Amino acid sequence: MKTIIRKIEAGERINAEDGLQLLRDADLYQLGFLADMIRKRLHPTPLVTYVIDRNINYTDICISACKFCAFYKSPEDKNGSVLSFDELGEKISETKELGGTQILLQGGLHPDKPFEFYEDMLRFIKGHDIHIHGFSPPEVCHFATLSGLSVTEVLERLRRAGLDSIPGGGAEILSDRVRQECAPRKCSADEWIGVMEEAHNQGMRTTATMMFGHIETLEERFEHLQRVRDLQDRTGGFTAFIPWPFQPDNTVYAGMPKATAFAYLKMLAVSRIFLDNVANIQASWVTQGPKIAQVSLFFGANDFGSTMIEENVVAAAGVSFRLSEDEIRKIVAGAGFIPKQRSMDYTLVAD
Amino acid sequence: MEEYIEKAGLGDILEKVRNQERLSKEDGIRLYKSPDLLAVGYLGNLVRERLNGDNAYFIYNQHINYSNICTNLCKFCAFGKDKSSDKAYEMTVEDVGNKVRERLDEPIFEIHMVGGIHPDLPFQYYLDILREIKSIRPDIHIQAFTCVEIDHLAKLAAKPVDETLRILMEAGLDSIPGGGAEVFSPRIRKLTCEDKLSGEGWLEVAKTAHRLGLKTNATMLYGHVETIEERVLHLAALREAQDETGGFLAFIPLAFHPKNTEMSDLSRTSGMDDLKNIAVARCFLDNFPHIKAYWVMIGPKMAQVALSFGADDVDGTVKEEIITHMAGAETEQAMSINALVGIIKEAGRVPVQRGTLYDVIEKY
Repeated sequence: MKTIIRKIEAGERINAEDGLQLLRDADLYQLGFLADMIRKRLHPTPLVTYVIDRNINYTDICISACKFCAFYKSPEDKNGSVLSFDELGEKISETKELGGTQILLQGGLHPDKPFEFYEDMLRFIKGHDIHIHGFSPPEVCHFATLSGLSVTEVLERLRRAGLDSIPGGGAEILSDRVRQECAPRKCSADEWIGVMEEAHNQGMRTTATMMFGHIETLEERFEHLQRVRDLQDRTGGFTAFIPWPFQPDNTVYAGMPKATAFAYLKMLAVSRIFLDNVANIQASWVTQGPKIAQVSLFFGANDFGSTMIEENVVAAAGVSFRLSEDEIRKIVAGAGFIPKQRSMDYTLVAD
Repeated sequence: MEEYIEKAGLGDILEKVRNQERLSKEDGIRLYKSPDLLAVGYLGNLVRERLNGDNAYFIYNQHINYSNICTNLCKFCAFGKDKSSDKAYEMTVEDVGNKVRERLDEPIFEIHMVGGIHPDLPFQYYLDILREIKSIRPDIHIQAFTCVEIDHLAKLAAKPVDETLRILMEAGLDSIPGGGAEVFSPRIRKLTCEDKLSGEGWLEVAKTAHRLGLKTNATMLYGHVETIEERVLHLAALREAQDETGGFLAFIPLAFHPKNTEMSDLSRTSGMDDLKNIAVARCFLDNFPHIKAYWVMIGPKMAQVALSFGADDVDGTVKEEIITHMAGAETEQAMSINALVGIIKEAGRVPVQRGTLYDVIEKY
C-alpha cells in the first residue's frame, strides 16, 4: 500500500491491480486525501463547474430491456411514447429561458424509427441554436444496425445534422461478462469504445460514465476504468468521467442493496486517482443528494454535472433529488469553492 | 496522512489530539472555520477510534410524542402548536398505553418520549403515562422529558427539580433525552425561543439529574442564526458540566430543518456543516463517551459517512418520527435493523445493538 501511495504522490500512474488494492484496503481518508491532492493538482483554482441543461428523453420505447433499467417500455407496451417535435420545441424554449446552454438528448432503442427521423430531430433542435449533447453509443450502434450504415457514417451524418457531442451513457460496466448478464441486447464493450473513439477522431468531445454496484466484481470496475483510460491515452476526447451507483428500485434487480454513500465516495476517489488523463470528475447529486454531492467535492469531484431541469431515468428508479442552479451555487460556495457555469467542453460561461 | 493535516494548518491541533490534550475554544473555532473538511474529519475520527474502537451503536426504540401543544412556540420548531390550533393533539394515558401495546411483539428496548410545554396537563398526567408504560412493558427503559419539560414539571409539582425528578424516577423515568438545549447563548434564545428555559437552567436540570444517577444526553441545534463562536461556547458549557458530573452519555448535533417553521426562509444545513459539527464536537467534547449522528435528521447516507468523522452511534430504528418530519425531513420514518447493520458494516465498523446506557445487546 505504501508503494502505491508513494507512486500517486509522485504523480505516477497506478495500474489496475494498484487501484483494486486501494479500493479494497485503503481507508476513506487515504483515498480522500489522495483524490483531493490530485484534484488540486489538476485544478489549482478552486472552481466547481456545472452546466445548465435538460435531459430530454425523446422516447422510452426500447428493445434493449436492460435488467437495471426502470425507465424503458417494451415496444408492445401501450404506455410507451415518442416526443413530438412540438413537445421538443417547448422543452428547449423553457431550457433557454432558464439560461440553459445545452440539451442532453437520449432515448430508448426504438424498434422502427428510420435513421432520417433522428437527423430531422437534430436539425429541428439546432434551429433553436443550442448545444446538442446527444445519442449515447448504444443509440449510435442501434442507428447503424437499423440503417445498415457504418458507425463512422452514422456519426458523420449525425454531426452534419447538428450533433455537437456525445454523452457517456450506456457504458454501464465495460465488461462483456456483465453486459451479457444484464444487458445482452445492448452494444458490447468494444462497440461502446469504438463509437467513442470514432467520435473523438471526428473531433467530437464526449463524456464517460460508469454505473456500478450491481452484479459486477471489483475487478470488472477496473476493467472499465482501464478501457476508459486507454482510449483517453489514444484520443484525449473525454471531457469528464461520471461514476454513479446503480439505483435498483422498479428494475429487475429491485431489492438488491444499494451502494452506500461510503462505497460511492470510495469509488469516486479511486476513479479520480486512476483516471489521471481525464480532466474532470463529476459528482452525482442526482443519485446521492445534495449533502453527499457536496462532500464528494473533497473526494475528487470538481464538477457538479448538470442542473437537470428535467430528469426521467433515475427518477423512474425511485430517486428524485432536485436542485436549482441557485441551490447548486450555494452548495458549492458553502464548501469553499467558486461555482462557475460551463459549457459541455468546460469552457466557462461568462457570469 | 499527517502531512495533509499539517498542510491544512491544523498540525498543532493534531498534536493535541494525539497527546489527548484538551482543545481550547480557539481550537474549536479554527476547526469549524477550516475549509479542509477531510483534515477536520480525520481529527474527529482519531478521537472516535481511541474512545470507541470499531463499535458503531444503534438502538431498537420507539418514539412517543404525547402532545404537540406548547406554550413556548420556538421559531425553529414545526412541531409545537398552540392549544387552539386545529393541528394540536394530546394523547390520553390510555392512548400512550395503546402505542406501547401496538408494538409489544417487537423487541423494543427503549421508549423515547417527549412533548411540548403543555399549558394545563397536570403533573399527575406525566406520572400516569410513565406508570402506564411500565405496567404494560415493565422491562422497557423510558427515556423521557427533556430538561425543558422537567423544569416545567417541577413548576407544576411546585417542588424543586431534584425532588420532582425523584418522583418521576419512582414512576418509571430511567433517563433524560438531550433535547431543548438548542444553542445556550442568551442572544440566540432571545431571537428564537424567548420563552424557553435558559441555557443555564437547562444545564442545571441536567446536572441535577446526573447527581441523582440519571443519565442524560445533550444536543445542539445548529444551522439557523447562531455563530461559530456561539456553537463553541455551547460545547464548552457542556464540557464543563460533564467535568462536574460525568452524567452525559452522548452528544447529538441536530441539523436545523426550516420547513414549516417561522424561519422557513433559511436554507437546510449542508453536508459539510453536518460533518463538521460531528467532527468538531468529537474533538472538543473529550469527556463525552459518545457522539451520535441522528440519521433521521441528516439522512442515512450522511449518518454512514459521519461514522468516519467522529460519530459512533446512528440512533435507532425509530418509527413514527414526527418532530423532524413536520419540519420537512425527507428521510424515511423508520429504518430496519438490517438496513442499519448494512450501512454500519459497509463503513467498516462493527454494528452493536445497544441499550439506552450503551450496554451491549448484540454484536452483528
